[in-house]
Amino acid sequence: MAETHSLQDMRQQAAIAAKVFIQRDYTSGTVCHFQTKFPSELENRIDKQQFEETVRTLNNLYAEAEKLGGSSYLEGCLACLTAYTIFLCMETHYEKVLKKIAKFIQEQNDKIYAPRGLLLTDPIERGLRVVEVTIFEDRSLGR
Amino acid sequence: MSAVMMTRKVRKWEKLPGKNTFCCDGRVMMARQKGVFYLTLFLIVGTCSLFFAFECPYLAIHLSPAIPVFAILLFFFVMAMLLRTSFSDPGVLPRALPEEATFIEMEIEATNGNVPAGQRPPPRIRNVQINGQIVKLKYCYTCKIFRPPRASHCSICDNCVDRFDHHCPWVGNCVGKRNYRYFYLFTLSLSLLTIYIFTFNIVHVVMRSVNSGFMKTLQDTPGT
Repeated sequence: MAETHSLQDMRQQAAIAAKVFIQRDYTSGTVCHFQTKFPSELENRIDKQQFEETVRTLNNLYAEAEKLGGSSYLEGCLACLTAYTIFLCMETHYEKVLKKIAKFIQEQNDKIYAPRGLLLTDPIERGLRVVEVTIFEDRSLGR
Repeated sequence: MSAVMMTRKVRKWEKLPGKNTFCCDGRVMMARQKGVFYLTLFLIVGTCSLFFAFECPYLAIHLSPAIPVFAILLFFFVMAMLLRTSFSDPGVLPRALPEEATFIEMEIEATNGNVPAGQRPPPRIRNVQINGQIVKLKYCYTCKIFRPPRASHCSICDNCVDRFDHHCPWVGNCVGKRNYRYFYLFTLSLSLLTIYIFTFNIVHVVMRSVNSGFMKTLQDTPGT
């Protein structure tokens, strides 16, 4: 979570014009997958390809988190044998990927979204229900 | 700005609107009524300590020392699972913030259209397609969200929980997506432990009866 982030300062100074919510896409099951449809409110703020690329990468990261492979099976078995006390020392694969996702969202905000007056909120803060995009008032138009 | 930096950061669990109690700086999350949970703890610890005190010396000498060792391991596993189930977050969905709640309400009004005053508004349902099947997502009036599939609202804890199974008073917490594994292992291992203790109680009584008669055995071993 952003503690003393420059975006938080920006938020306190800039007024929020609107918020857009990207909903979950359930067409391929209950895996965590967000809709890649480009919302109309962001049309004059950001490039459609850029945004869809962000959401697609996010979806891929969540798929990686929920992937069931040999390593996750072994991790589960080992954890069960130690009565899950091993998680006092190490993180689960899912938690590791969640950290990766947090870092990715931070990077995207710093490089792409903040310069355009937008802010992406990590979906885990909203219970993996929506990706919240905050649109700040565009001060540059006032000049 | 510096005044804001100086004050302590408010933790998420302090702001959670549900009826949960938190301990250990947010590491422990339980429901409000904990009485039955203490009863569960007392029953498990009590029965096991009677077993260890009265049966195990006899069984260790006459049969095998592996019996109490395995019982201790099983007991620790049961306690670990119980504490993990009781103290962990079942998968509580955060409530919608005001902006999201207004957004959803506007969306609902758009779909339902204007309802004349006096008529009951139609139920708030969102249809989604999951793998070709249409599933209805219900709207939660308390949390102001459309519940994801298999989520439900627990009235005791006043939270929407993802993949909600039930609220277990014995464990003192809801059982949902994030602690289902521990709950299942708890019930499984507890059953094993109960059967194990019962079997060895029978074995103990039989072995003693063979030596000194049934009635005397019962007098000698009140713990059994």
